[in-house]
Amino acid sequence: MPTTSGTAAPPAGQGGAAPRRAAETSPLDPREQRRRERLSRRYRRDIRWSPYAFIAPFFLFFAAFGLFPLLYTGWAALHRVELTDPTHMEWAGMHNFSRLWDDEFFWNALQNTFTIGVISTVPQLVMALGLAHLLNYKLRGSMFFRVAILTPYATSVAAATLVFVLLFGRDYGMVNWALDAIGIDPIDWQNGTWTSQLAVSTIVIWRWTGYNALIYLAAMQAVPGDLYESAALDGASRWQQFVHVTIPSLRPTILFTVVVSTIGATQLFGEPLLFNGSAGATGGADHQFQTLGLYMYEQGWVNLHLGRASAIAWTMFLILLLIAAVNWLVSRRLRKSQ
Amino acid sequence: MRRSTGSYRSRAVVLAAVAALGAGLLSGCADDGDDSKSGKSGGGGGGGTTITMGLFGTFGFEEAGLYDEYMKLHPDIKIEQTVIERNENYYPQLLNHLSTGSGLADVQGIEIANITEVGQTQAAKFVDLSKTEGVKKENWLDWKWQQGTTKDGKTIGLGTDIGPMAICYRKDLFQKAGLPTDREKVGQLWSGDWNKYLEAGEKYMKKAPGDTTFVDAASGVYNAVISSSAERYYDKSGKVVYKDSPAVKDAWDIATKAATGHLTAKLQQFQKTWDQAFANGKFATVACPPWMLGYIQEKAGDKAKNQWDVAAAPKPGNWGGSFLGVPEAGKHKEEAAKLVAWLTAPEQQAKLFAKRGSWPSAVASYSLPKVSTAKHPYFDNAPIGQIFTQAAKGIPVQVLGPKDQIIASNIADIGLLQVDQQGKSPEEGWKAATKSIDNALDQ
Repeated sequence: MPTTSGTAAPPAGQGGAAPRRAAETSPLDPREQRRRERLSRRYRRDIRWSPYAFIAPFFLFFAAFGLFPLLYTGWAALHRVELTDPTHMEWAGMHNFSRLWDDEFFWNALQNTFTIGVISTVPQLVMALGLAHLLNYKLRGSMFFRVAILTPYATSVAAATLVFVLLFGRDYGMVNWALDAIGIDPIDWQNGTWTSQLAVSTIVIWRWTGYNALIYLAAMQAVPGDLYESAALDGASRWQQFVHVTIPSLRPTILFTVVVSTIGATQLFGEPLLFNGSAGATGGADHQFQTLGLYMYEQGWVNLHLGRASAIAWTMFLILLLIAAVNWLVSRRLRKSQ
Repeated sequence: MRRSTGSYRSRAVVLAAVAALGAGLLSGCADDGDDSKSGKSGGGGGGGTTITMGLFGTFGFEEAGLYDEYMKLHPDIKIEQTVIERNENYYPQLLNHLSTGSGLADVQGIEIANITEVGQTQAAKFVDLSKTEGVKKENWLDWKWQQGTTKDGKTIGLGTDIGPMAICYRKDLFQKAGLPTDREKVGQLWSGDWNKYLEAGEKYMKKAPGDTTFVDAASGVYNAVISSSAERYYDKSGKVVYKDSPAVKDAWDIATKAATGHLTAKLQQFQKTWDQAFANGKFATVACPPWMLGYIQEKAGDKAKNQWDVAAAPKPGNWGGSFLGVPEAGKHKEEAAKLVAWLTAPEQQAKLFAKRGSWPSAVASYSLPKVSTAKHPYFDNAPIGQIFTQAAKGIPVQVLGPKDQIIASNIADIGLLQVDQQGKSPEEGWKAATKSIDNALDQ
């Protein structure tokens, strides 16, 4: 299985990459001997340290653009700091974090993030699994379908969301027009709690289903064919093969997509922001589709409270760590039970 | 393993499909792109000095040919501008650049909603433009000058345009509803009192043609009413008083009355649905400053030509307007200040109005023929020069505060939207708005 972790390439022996030198036989004068020793020392140092030099660029960039902002955000979260004067920081201790407990907008955003996350991730992954299964059949032009399925993912969030805003429009939207045709009253998608969250989830589902389907497809193609053959010999139907052969074989892959999708759902930002048109980061009149990402943006870039926004950012980070920990525990369980 | 074996032909089909899809995607992305577009002004002499302009929205200096004119007058100057479309993306970036002292253009635009905050927190980072050669305080409307000047007398921004308000209305709809259509008479219908505007609306709704409504949005009504009062969210000492402000209460009551009385089309301004409603002629009136005339023309399109007209608002008010400031960190402060002085001089403001419809903040330009005799062909040749001069002279001197925009947008996008679109009671809407504002103002 391609996704089992923990099987890195075997470590190279000392000096593994060096061409072996022929054994020295002829006696050398001391100068030459010293020169060779010096060379070999340099050579060993090269072997030992140059890999670090090779990987250094990434880590330097990571430190500058990943680690430093992360730590700085944490530092800012402990202060009262405004974007109107970001160099002026006033120590606030854990105030920015503790106030989140009483901040109903934060809890509202957390809850929205959770519900939108669930109603977008679950159908998305189920549909992706189904699609991958269908694509795994012998098909004419299967390559075409595989590429086509990925195109929503390649579309920019902004473009996609603008189209969806028009589709879900109250007065002239196509969805309402279609509902009207089958006798259902037009729905004010943006103003209802569930309807707006459903609409936002639709955008997410539309964008990410194909991406996950391709990941599943790749994993499915690695499932040994003889498993299916023997299942078929035992009289298993297509559906039974799917449930008893495909799904268990895909377990690590499913877990991986669950983790990635959960992280994506927690950081959901662009879709709800643009779904609100030009009205900004409020997430609707009642904050009904304001996610954590949106709330953080509102605090930082609309209300200009950098300290509060940083605290929200760090809280989101901690929530993600928690989710990752849970996932790790679950996956360990799964591996043990196998 | 179940894999299809692709023949050469099928691969070619796939490649073509990929290419087609890719092209489609690219063109799809091309126009959403990112928010900023930069335009370089061509022309200009061999140009020793390049002055950069950092702007938002549509100031229109370049389109009105003002840069070219300036560069012709000063062959050693070259002007380049960068425009970010929306102020809410532009403003945080400006603050960021000001605090680090880098990334600033030689000239930076400042929106009226931010000018007080900039004046209170960033004044030290701007050049005092009152000392620039050719800048005459008396050129401007006094209140406009005061807005760009801090308490201790430092002028951080020179005014460009202002937004005196009128009411744009659909003559055809008014006629069908049995209301007068002549712009004088329409103005008299509600002259001096926003409540009369509501009364006209109620009259309209009794015989409203089709499924049209009197006005676009409750928040639009609110904005129009509040813009015609002097003291709004802050008192003169700089304290937040919006909860007890009579002007806010008045505007809130009128706006929610419009919503609960079903006079509105339940829209939100500057949203796609608002544009669609313009195109479909869904509402009969909208408060309009001069800069919105072009917007209406664009969205309502040719078929509504000569059906829109402009009448005086119940009370004169101001909606919008900007300033140009010169940051201390700029490389060419002196030249930049000269350019700003020139761009905001009465003659140039008049040219900008003639070409782009930005109403001048320089009183001196109101008597120039370009302004005083201006008529708008799309609006049945309404004498907009006269109408807006009248309005501009009556604008009350507004008390601005640093967080005006946040308070106003929460009242509109939370409170009024709940009443207008979600059908909640005015009390519920007000409670939600104040809660949201309290949270936003709390540091």
